[in-house]
Amino acid sequence: MALLDDNPGPGGQIWRLHSNQWTTRMRASGCEFLPQATVFEVRGSHRLGVWMEGEAHDLTYQKLILATGARELFLPFPGWTLPHVMGAGGLQALAKGGLPIRGKRIVVAGSGPLLFAVAAYLKSQGAIVPLIAEQTTLLDLALFAAGLEANKFHEAGRLLWDLRAIRYRPSTWVTSTTAGLVRLNRGKPVPCDYLACAYGLIPNLELARVLGCAIRKGTTIVDETCQTSVADVHAVGEINGIAGEELALIEGRIAGYAATGQTIKVTRHLPRRARLLEFRRLLSRTFALRHELRKLAAADTIVCRCEDVRFSQVQAAADERDAKLQTRCGMGPCQGRVCGPACEFLFNWPAGTLRPPLAPVPVSAYLNRQP
Amino acid sequence: MSTEVVIAGAGIVGAAIAAALTNAGVGVTIVERAQVGGGATAAGMGHIVVMDDSEAQFALTKYSRDLWQSLLEVMPAAVEYEPAGTLWVAVDEEELQACRQKQRYYDDHQVVSELLDEKALREAEPNLAPGMAGGLLVPGDSVIYAPTAARWLLDHALEGGATLVKGEVEAFESGGVRLSSQRLACDIAICALGTAATKFFPHLAVKPRKGHLVITDRYPYFVRHQLVELGYLKSAHSHSTESVAFNVQPRRTGQVLIGSSREYDQTGSELNDSLLRQMLERAALYMPDLANLNILRMWTGFRAATPDKLPLIGLTRPGVYLATGHEGLGITTSLGTARILADQILQRRPDIPIAPYLPSRFDGREAS
Repeated sequence: MALLDDNPGPGGQIWRLHSNQWTTRMRASGCEFLPQATVFEVRGSHRLGVWMEGEAHDLTYQKLILATGARELFLPFPGWTLPHVMGAGGLQALAKGGLPIRGKRIVVAGSGPLLFAVAAYLKSQGAIVPLIAEQTTLLDLALFAAGLEANKFHEAGRLLWDLRAIRYRPSTWVTSTTAGLVRLNRGKPVPCDYLACAYGLIPNLELARVLGCAIRKGTTIVDETCQTSVADVHAVGEINGIAGEELALIEGRIAGYAATGQTIKVTRHLPRRARLLEFRRLLSRTFALRHELRKLAAADTIVCRCEDVRFSQVQAAADERDAKLQTRCGMGPCQGRVCGPACEFLFNWPAGTLRPPLAPVPVSAYLNRQP
Repeated sequence: MSTEVVIAGAGIVGAAIAAALTNAGVGVTIVERAQVGGGATAAGMGHIVVMDDSEAQFALTKYSRDLWQSLLEVMPAAVEYEPAGTLWVAVDEEELQACRQKQRYYDDHQVVSELLDEKALREAEPNLAPGMAGGLLVPGDSVIYAPTAARWLLDHALEGGATLVKGEVEAFESGGVRLSSQRLACDIAICALGTAATKFFPHLAVKPRKGHLVITDRYPYFVRHQLVELGYLKSAHSHSTESVAFNVQPRRTGQVLIGSSREYDQTGSELNDSLLRQMLERAALYMPDLANLNILRMWTGFRAATPDKLPLIGLTRPGVYLATGHEGLGITTSLGTARILADQILQRRPDIPIAPYLPSRFDGREAS
């Protein structure tokens, strides 16, 4: 058994190298942990190309479990590319990595429960959070709270208690920002040092797509054992739909047991998974993005940061591929990982074609290889 | 303006023809099923190059290169014209001798070229492997970004009154072109569908010839000229099933485009791992430090190849003209193709002899 991770250590975006019971158990299990290992290609059936320690390696498998997680969705608005604007999770990650935030004024904006968690963390580290701007409505939030099961409700209550001094404004979104100032769709402009803004999370589906796993509405389709449409490939966590840590842990166990034929252990976790799927549906309903967010960008607002493509250029394109060909939108180093999902939302375009490699690798990755 | 001509295919060849006919006051409708310049136009390198495999190939490429140069002042920045020049790289004395021959030919045909010795080659392209014998620099060659060039030519036609129809051609009929959604009546139809032309004209002497390309992240000045191994001619014109050649291009963006491969009898767009590896190994043989550049994307495309390496430009049956079979030279020769096809339709006197490109040259011969 081997666990491959892009990052230098286990823990992903949420735990971020902080060891806990799960990373400790993983280390003790005899599982081989391969850090900074990037899957860059699918080489036929049951075989991956992995870039690791400056070399390409072939990795064959009998069972594959995809736990590729999610990234933040960024939507373009005037000023979103300025240096004081970060993702919500992005700013949290930078703060954990040493960015000084004590005494800084940070507006948290966008959508989703991540905003609470980020605001609470920033506050705990001495930042001043004058406002959380949440695009969804108070009614949707109330229905969300009413729909939570008891333990989730307590969790949310605790977070809200931590955040009691912070203004939390529903139906509110950033319309533009300049250095030191955030403008919202209502109310006065808010002075700040940083703007942490993200419109929720989107699954990292690239590897699943290249493997040929069936995808619907931006998530992998799996059965109750987390089996995808491709034989011997399971998918767990956020790529099956954004639901957070608890479902990810359940699905991880289910897929682990299923992949190793421990059917009885799988069944033990199925009821809990089923209840959490309700929570997942509730989340996606509550934090669905409002159509006004499609109108935030001005003609000259940059949509594709890699290639400096502006909104009016992309808007003039007939479709996603036309935008790529004529404006190079999504053709830069990130290969549309950032602007692609934004354009899917802004223009209702389907996800574009993925060209190999899955991540930039040197030419040498393809030299002197076994066929 | 009435529609007199329907052009099937808005690749760079179809777009150039639309522009040429619109300039002459002809009513044009152009049919495209997907993106403008989204087929072989987008898959290729965008190298504007004079080639001298045959007199006819030279005549058309030189004529076309002159036409491109005549447009420089009106060309929008989006076309990313880069006067990089072609540098034919000679690995040894034998190949350098071939460069000298090539230079004599160019001298006789008014094409400027410059012979580089080992030292001059190193100065021109420091990232080439040491020990190469020299090369021949053809400064008049250039690089463009072909999809925007096709869009520009098409927009020129649209501004002049042409119409773009989105649709899939189902048949070239007498007096019209049938699409899935409608029938377009016309006096003249032009098929500029690249390899897809064979769907409508099964006996056409055109075969798909698959190629791979790789583009890197931005490394400005890593490569300065379009670099092509002198052996390219051998590989480009061999009839063997598979071949690779060193062919590397600097993009305006600072990216490096790496080619090239040639493969017959393939119709799927998937990468051929072994050929791709051979292609990159060949590139790294000529430029060892290429091995360290990050690859952003790899893809394949299909050239429309003919047995005599010359395109098919002209009447194929009454009322129906062909403009296909450009192999790897479609971007270069699009403008020349458009001009001599318009000359035929308008019964103007062409600037170059057109007999070598007429589809009728294969009459009575089956596609090989």
